[in-house]
Amino acid sequence: MTLKQVVNNVAEMPASKKAVVDIKKLSLTFQTADGPVYALSDVDLTIEEGDFVSFIGPSGCGKTTLLRVIADLEQATGGDISINGVSPHEAREQRAYGYVFQAPALLPWRSIERNVTLPLEIMEISKEERIKRAQEALKLVELNGFEKKFPWQLSGGMQQRASIARALSFDADLLLMDEPFGALDEIVRDHLNEQLLKLWARTNKTVAFVTHSIPEAVYLSTKIVVMSPRPGRIIDVIETDFPKDRTLDIRETPEFLEIAHRVREGLRAGHSNDD
Amino acid sequence: MTMKLDKFCLVAAIAALLALIFPLSGIDGDTGKQVAFVGDIPGLAIAMALCVIAGAAFTWLGVRSVKAGIAILAVAVFGCWQAVSVLYDHGVAGYAGLGFWLFILSLWAFVWRGIDVIANFHSLDRGKQHLANVIVPVAFGVWLLFVWEVVVSGFGVPQVLLPPPSMIGERFVNSTDILASDFHQTFVKAVLSGYVMGCGSAFIVAIAVDRVPFLKRGLLPLGNMVSALPIIGVAPIMVMWFGFDWQSKAAVIVIMTFFPMLVNTVTGLNAAGKLEKDLMATYASGYWSTLFRLRLPAAMPFVFNALKINSTLALIGAIVAEFFGTPIVGMGFRISTEVGRMNIDMVWAEIALAALAGTAFYGAVAYIERKATSWHPSFRVRRH
Repeated sequence: MTLKQVVNNVAEMPASKKAVVDIKKLSLTFQTADGPVYALSDVDLTIEEGDFVSFIGPSGCGKTTLLRVIADLEQATGGDISINGVSPHEAREQRAYGYVFQAPALLPWRSIERNVTLPLEIMEISKEERIKRAQEALKLVELNGFEKKFPWQLSGGMQQRASIARALSFDADLLLMDEPFGALDEIVRDHLNEQLLKLWARTNKTVAFVTHSIPEAVYLSTKIVVMSPRPGRIIDVIETDFPKDRTLDIRETPEFLEIAHRVREGLRAGHSNDD
Repeated sequence: MTMKLDKFCLVAAIAALLALIFPLSGIDGDTGKQVAFVGDIPGLAIAMALCVIAGAAFTWLGVRSVKAGIAILAVAVFGCWQAVSVLYDHGVAGYAGLGFWLFILSLWAFVWRGIDVIANFHSLDRGKQHLANVIVPVAFGVWLLFVWEVVVSGFGVPQVLLPPPSMIGERFVNSTDILASDFHQTFVKAVLSGYVMGCGSAFIVAIAVDRVPFLKRGLLPLGNMVSALPIIGVAPIMVMWFGFDWQSKAAVIVIMTFFPMLVNTVTGLNAAGKLEKDLMATYASGYWSTLFRLRLPAAMPFVFNALKINSTLALIGAIVAEFFGTPIVGMGFRISTEVGRMNIDMVWAEIALAALAGTAFYGAVAYIERKATSWHPSFRVRRH
């Protein structure tokens, strides 16, 4: 980013926040041998700069599909979607987002450091710069000292942290996370959630986070999107106003329980619809 | 307390004891007398007695440590040396009797037990473990050669049917210049060039097949057909096309090695997971970038499989192809002509050379594989 662009960005910063993801009347239908599957239907959503948005819902509700549409890994069959004002395809070409998958997806023939520098290598960034950025990214997820290890020598939680470092390494403003901690145990998960919040508070990135855990969604988010299946659609959007530097203790507060209750009610209502 | 007797050592002790009692050799047809007696050969008598004593002792004590294993192997080695010396220095070759074979049985029991102990040796010291891992196949191989030697000599098997390994070894050592020129012609010229051309071209074609869908449908079945061609049928045609020298052999090898490499590489290029491909897509990685950074590394285990299969196929192809016309040098040429001249030991020397070359070639490819794909689960070493 040149100095001029930076100045422009600052100048353009309006009083109301900028929309990073803007989705209108989005739908996606998969054609299968058993007939069409309506994965997403009539989805309207705006994600603003600095938001931490969680997508929650039962399996099959299209939350991962929605994230993949934002990432241009699936293409919508109807409606409009724009990322930073351009199409998802252009946004992907501009490397506008970092994506963290359900599994770490680290390449086993590369050391942790070389896994983290993989996107930088593809973006043809110089070697010194790559190593410097990998160091910074690994520090953010507290994995410094493990640069020369290979993925299989690390625990599952550490592997997932390495994959987060990889998504952070090229400093995209948008972070898309698809149930990144789904396969981890409760305690590791709490710890990684805390780290993720700190990271978000420090870097002011925009995060879209898919989960099926209600406490995780409420604890992390500024906005919770509750979805329901068949066809996948949004049934509730809940804004929360916990401070950015929240701790795990907020899970005991009445506000937290109230929001969790509302999410649960939403999920239940979504379920009763398809009976 | 129930004491478990060591059965192998018991067999060894009893067999050695009986070997001292039964006649060592058969009767010479001309003189009508036995060829040799244990009593006349102090070395053999000592070896047999040693087997009885060691067998009895270890039957009771059990072979529990590697040291005990090495001790019984040492007894066996001494016994083997005496057995060979009896065959050749005391004229027992061709006249071996029941006593001799009982002695061999005793040695067999010792060797089996000794190798068994070393094979089960486990140590965290990598040097020691490595040594044990080398000793076992070497000891086993040497034992097989010994049995071959003793059986062929002891029964007086005609050397046209099967020469003893000592004779083959002698011929090998005395004809190194012929073997070297045959090796150069067949292996260095034909096998290596055919292997590189066959594997290299199949690798490139595999990438093209993967990239262009119609090739996958059109070329793969065709390649399948080419691989099914009988080498016996193709070799004479290749000799007509490319002449008598190594080029025609290289052509046969190209035909043989092409398809395994093609199929394995095409399969390997699809080995990268969907998740990893999605990951590369999120970085907007292009075709070549994804090929070199993800798909080819993921394909390497498959590629090396093909390289290993082809390393042995190539040598077979070259030798067989030389049967159909060649300049007067080459391993296949030598085998076909020396068989005709009843020089079976020379044929075996060439077979030994082919076995050595094939094993070394395979070993070299396997070594490179280990280095190149050390990340693969089958080679992983935990380094903390």
